Amino acid sequence: MIKAKINGKDIEVKEGTSILDAARVANVKIPTLCKHEDLEATGGCGLCIVKVKGSNKILRACTTEITEGMEVITHDPEIVAVRRSVLELIMSNHPKDCLTCARNQNCELQRLAAEFGIRENHFPNVLNSRKHKRDNSAKGICIDTSKCIQCGRCVQVCQKVQDVWALSFLKRGIKTYLSAAGDIDLKDSPCVNCGQCSAHCPVGAIVEHDETREAWNALSDEKKYCVVQFAPAVRVAIGEAFGYPVGKNLTGKLTSALYALGFNAVFDTNTGADLTILEEASEFKHRLTNGGVLPLITSCCPAWVDFVEKNHGDMLDHISSAKSPHEMVGVLAKTYYAQKHNIDPKDIFVVSVMPCTAKKYEIGRDKDMSASGYPDVDLVLTTREIARMIKQAGIDFNNLEDRKGDDILSAYTGAATIFGATGGVMEAALRTAYNLVTGAELKDVNFKKVRGLKGIKEAKVDVNGTEVRVAVAHGLGNVDALMKKIKKAKAEGKELPYHFVEVMACQGGCVAGGGQPYGVTDELRTLRAKGLYKEDEHAEIRCSHNNPAIKKLYADYLGAPLSEKAHHLLHTHYTKRNKYQK
Amino acid sequence: MAKLINDIKEKFNKQYANIDKRIVVCGGTGCIAGGSQQVYEAFQKEYKKRGLPYTVEITDGCREHSTYISKSGCQGFCAQGPLVSVGDIFYTKVKVSDVEEIVEKTVMKGEVIDRLLYVNPTDQKHCKTLKDIPFYQKQHRILLADCGKINPEDINEYIAHGGYEGLAKALEKGQQFVIDEMKTSGLRGRGGAGFPTWLKWDLTRKPQSKVKYMICNGDEGDPGAYMDRSLLEGNPHSVVEGMIIAGFAIGATRGFFYIRAEYPLAIERVQKAIDACYKKGLLGKNILGSGFSYDLEIRFGAGAFVCGEETALITSIEGNRGTPRPKPPFPAVKGLWGKPTSINNVETLANVPYIMTKGGAWYASMGSGKSTGTKVFAMTGKVKNTGLIEVPLGITVKEVVYDIGGGPLHGDKVKAVQTGGPSGGVIDGDHFHMPITYESLQEIGSIMGSGGLIVMDETDCMVDIAKFYLEFCVDESCGKCSPCRIGGYQLLGYLNKITDGTAKEEDLQKIEEIATAMKRASLCALGQTAPNPVLSTLKFFRHEYDEHIKDKRCHTGKCKNLAKFEITDKCVGCGMCKKACPVGAISGEIRQKHSIDQSKCIKCGQCFNTCKLKAIIRG
Amino acid sequence: MSQGTNTREDISDIIKKWKKVEGSLVMMLHSVQSRLGYVPRWAAMEISKETGIALAKIYEVLTFYSFFKLTKPAKYQINVCIGTACYLKGAPELLKAIEKYTGLKDGQTSEDGKFSVMGLRCIGCCGLAPVISVNGKIHGQLKAGDIKTILDEATKGE
Repeated sequence: MIKAKINGKDIEVKEGTSILDAARVANVKIPTLCKHEDLEATGGCGLCIVKVKGSNKILRACTTEITEGMEVITHDPEIVAVRRSVLELIMSNHPKDCLTCARNQNCELQRLAAEFGIRENHFPNVLNSRKHKRDNSAKGICIDTSKCIQCGRCVQVCQKVQDVWALSFLKRGIKTYLSAAGDIDLKDSPCVNCGQCSAHCPVGAIVEHDETREAWNALSDEKKYCVVQFAPAVRVAIGEAFGYPVGKNLTGKLTSALYALGFNAVFDTNTGADLTILEEASEFKHRLTNGGVLPLITSCCPAWVDFVEKNHGDMLDHISSAKSPHEMVGVLAKTYYAQKHNIDPKDIFVVSVMPCTAKKYEIGRDKDMSASGYPDVDLVLTTREIARMIKQAGIDFNNLEDRKGDDILSAYTGAATIFGATGGVMEAALRTAYNLVTGAELKDVNFKKVRGLKGIKEAKVDVNGTEVRVAVAHGLGNVDALMKKIKKAKAEGKELPYHFVEVMACQGGCVAGGGQPYGVTDELRTLRAKGLYKEDEHAEIRCSHNNPAIKKLYADYLGAPLSEKAHHLLHTHYTKRNKYQK
Repeated sequence: MAKLINDIKEKFNKQYANIDKRIVVCGGTGCIAGGSQQVYEAFQKEYKKRGLPYTVEITDGCREHSTYISKSGCQGFCAQGPLVSVGDIFYTKVKVSDVEEIVEKTVMKGEVIDRLLYVNPTDQKHCKTLKDIPFYQKQHRILLADCGKINPEDINEYIAHGGYEGLAKALEKGQQFVIDEMKTSGLRGRGGAGFPTWLKWDLTRKPQSKVKYMICNGDEGDPGAYMDRSLLEGNPHSVVEGMIIAGFAIGATRGFFYIRAEYPLAIERVQKAIDACYKKGLLGKNILGSGFSYDLEIRFGAGAFVCGEETALITSIEGNRGTPRPKPPFPAVKGLWGKPTSINNVETLANVPYIMTKGGAWYASMGSGKSTGTKVFAMTGKVKNTGLIEVPLGITVKEVVYDIGGGPLHGDKVKAVQTGGPSGGVIDGDHFHMPITYESLQEIGSIMGSGGLIVMDETDCMVDIAKFYLEFCVDESCGKCSPCRIGGYQLLGYLNKITDGTAKEEDLQKIEEIATAMKRASLCALGQTAPNPVLSTLKFFRHEYDEHIKDKRCHTGKCKNLAKFEITDKCVGCGMCKKACPVGAISGEIRQKHSIDQSKCIKCGQCFNTCKLKAIIRG
Repeated sequence: MSQGTNTREDISDIIKKWKKVEGSLVMMLHSVQSRLGYVPRWAAMEISKETGIALAKIYEVLTFYSFFKLTKPAKYQINVCIGTACYLKGAPELLKAIEKYTGLKDGQTSEDGKFSVMGLRCIGCCGLAPVISVNGKIHGQLKAGDIKTILDEATKGE
């Protein structure tokens, strides 16, 4: 431990702690626009400057480690004046069209400008000094480089955390601009629409592709029968937009709000999650007992699916053919539900509320995504978009009564709800796979080894004397490392390291997806996940195969897992794709 | 260890004894551009034609009584090139057509060709030898002396001149000896900041690490400076030797030369020098039997000035965009690929072999105070003698400009001298008596920098100069940190306003604000020092700024938007200006005073240059 | 600069040579440019494919360093030194004279690919200021009036 002083206050922190983090211990928040907890400090923005007592030298709090006995000064008239000048310089290279910006009231630059009390455009605007590019080519996210303040967070998250390498800075100096690999459109780049860039952008330079207008249009179209579903991770994050503590599970209020928006029916993607488990676990059992291709790798994350198709074309036979939960709910809405309620599926408009920007891409990725002859899902809205819609409609979210969704497609188990956190799919799948293979129920359904924020988690499970090795990876950088490990073992003809692998593109899983409320950190990831695990813990039914609604669905409509009908509606296939289209 | 070196030396000298005469053709870039390569070849042709014995490389079996026709590195007097010396006789501006005469008269008969001698502009005297030329008299040439003498492509000749003796001594006496000697010498980084070289090495030596790196910073990028280029081209072995000694001192396993790709000749010569060292066992495994193993290779810069900054240079060698990172951690702790690394400038390293052989005390005996030794400057601009000079630190600006440089080019007064390039500032006339040291320059708001020394006269506009340097920094900013990226651009915007005549007085306040933010909050030295040229000119030439802002005029006529040309009563109506004007803005009858239609005038200045009576005023 | 059948093989040899060397992307790009005169998209793609270095990274580097060119160079490359010495001694006037001759401003290339005009930072010939280079050949101590002669000479036989 290191003893030091921040503004005269004694603190004790771990060795290697930056001044920026150490200051937090002393309850001092040093302003920064480029440092994000998930990312390495680069010292780019120039706002976190501090001094050390007895020296006139200026240091960057984000990149300087605090050392024994250091006496840090975080504020003095000069520091504040320089920070203000730097902030004004950054603002002079930014459009300042706050009123029409997606990040209005949610923007880190705007917040700092307010905190510094900036009341005029101190320096002339020099926005024309660099190339501006609007890239709306990708389905999930949009880039407007004119708003970019070149903090480098998106580039770092895309290159280093996700290992996707779609984004980069081109040119240098004042001419530096953000662009997809080699100045091509995002859609032609290795981008997988994970949206982590948008989640880390401090301003409105990268945002989700806003489709709220399309949702309003559908809702006002009398001919359309609008149904909506929401993903596990949405329920524990939506509250952040309405002042609830992080991780608060608001399934009932959200359902209520969606009805209030005018949807004819509200479904729960969790039902789809239970269904996914049935299909996927059956697939696993089949492969395990028939010598099929192993490890089986989960497929519910669309950014991951896009990633594997572009980067590991030789691994496609490992990927579970089961569609993702919301696709399953979508296709069932247009078949099973439509038949039951005698509605023409062409009139049904399915909206999915997702923590994810890649889901916007997923619904059109292949013709399999229109298994009924109509798109399984017509529109995907992120958590951020639905929060805006609720506010636009003037719905008093906080005082809504809890409501339940449409009973055919909204009953779920504890296994389904933990889909939203890293390791959740694996845990849910193991609970059911165990039953499918052994015919017995687990005594303890908790698999704590696959929970938590470690990048790659491994566990061994005894299934009737057979050791089943599983791994869970989240954050595409970790995923890529895991794939390389598997491929290496495969190439060397060694025993496969795993039988079953869960993959989520975003660190922490869907709770920290690219479409979730801003400001994600590990603390937030943990709290949101906690909200889900709590629901599982208290759930009456904690295994997907025991969900009565699922049982009824198979009995009434699908037959059995992996049946021909199930295959037709609930499964897909994968295609090797070029990483670069140009 | 020294035996191998001695053997080579003896062998060379034995062969060299066969040489009667030596013709040295300057092979510096300036002279090559002026055609010295052709001159060099012409000498060989002429000898062949006449059947005279000559040698182009000292190897076994040199012909007896032959002439050694050799190239040298840059001799510094670039404006007078191509330079050729025959024995002591020093010829300037030699053309291929002069070669026959030189061989006929000077080589064969010992006659001096007056026409080719340098004429001292102050007393019109012909200077027969280098020593007679004022440009060289006040210099103290150590690095440049060998640079202008030795064939840069011949390791044997370098050794014969005492080369690699320093290395042998260092290897024999050990790391501590090297560092102690360096400490005694007081040598400070010649790349700009002037950090003590011994300390840098000591800091890099201390961390425990199996792998350490040594880097030679040859990314010379200051506009108007070419010291490093000349040293790399002219005496590559001195830098290579410096690199090996430095590598030994810090315990490095591998070293890199980072050289601008725009310097192909330097790259070629350094590569040849490295190859020659491997052949002689001066690089590779177990150097001179000392147990020290060390490899050297070259990496190219690619046109990014910021890569002269050490952390940016490291990032560039690693194969990335050359963006700097904050210090600490310093490269001595965490450098190339995260390993302890020392980065030294070319000129710094070139000094090392001399310090090893002659001793640190010898080196410290030159210079002044904490600024010991000599420094190479590239003197350019409005001065009679431009070129590469080496002077002891502590020499005054006046001595440099007037005694070595020969004073102002066109009789106009020397207004200021700029040092430190885009990171530096100006020295105004009141400070010409000031001795040049790291400290004194810093005191007046400039820096030593890598050694650019630009002389400016009354025809140069100081606002325009500041703008020129700032433009350079804006172009070269890597863009990583906002104070430099945006601050520099904004600052340039204000300077443009000033030179356009649209600036207001309060803009000076904004200039100061931005300059402070850049100096205090920029990530690396490029941004931190980029405002220096502006601040320094503002300090010493505030009246020129005021003239632009308040009076909307630029008396030098450099700022075209503010320039105004008028014809005075001195005009005799010769009509020359009328003819010269490209836009027909001048009217007037012959033998009567002419006048300029200001609405048509494009301020090209042709009339001003044409008028022999100085009847046209500018401003 | 020929686009002969061996071009692709040469590029692939360059990649092979540097592939295993740590941090060699910049050197690889130098070699490609010295072979082709610029770094075309296909060569960047090839490097990416063979080395696994992302195209994003390759272009980050390519566009950062002013030495690298992404388009085919002109037949006559006129470079004007705008280092301090040359600037003071009239480089702006030389640029104007060159513009008069070629119709091109600093940084432009003519549509037919005949000329390109480029202002360069100090090329280390300050003693000869102001200087220009035409396809690498240096001409020093120039006046604006010399430009026509130099370019006429360089393009003789066109």
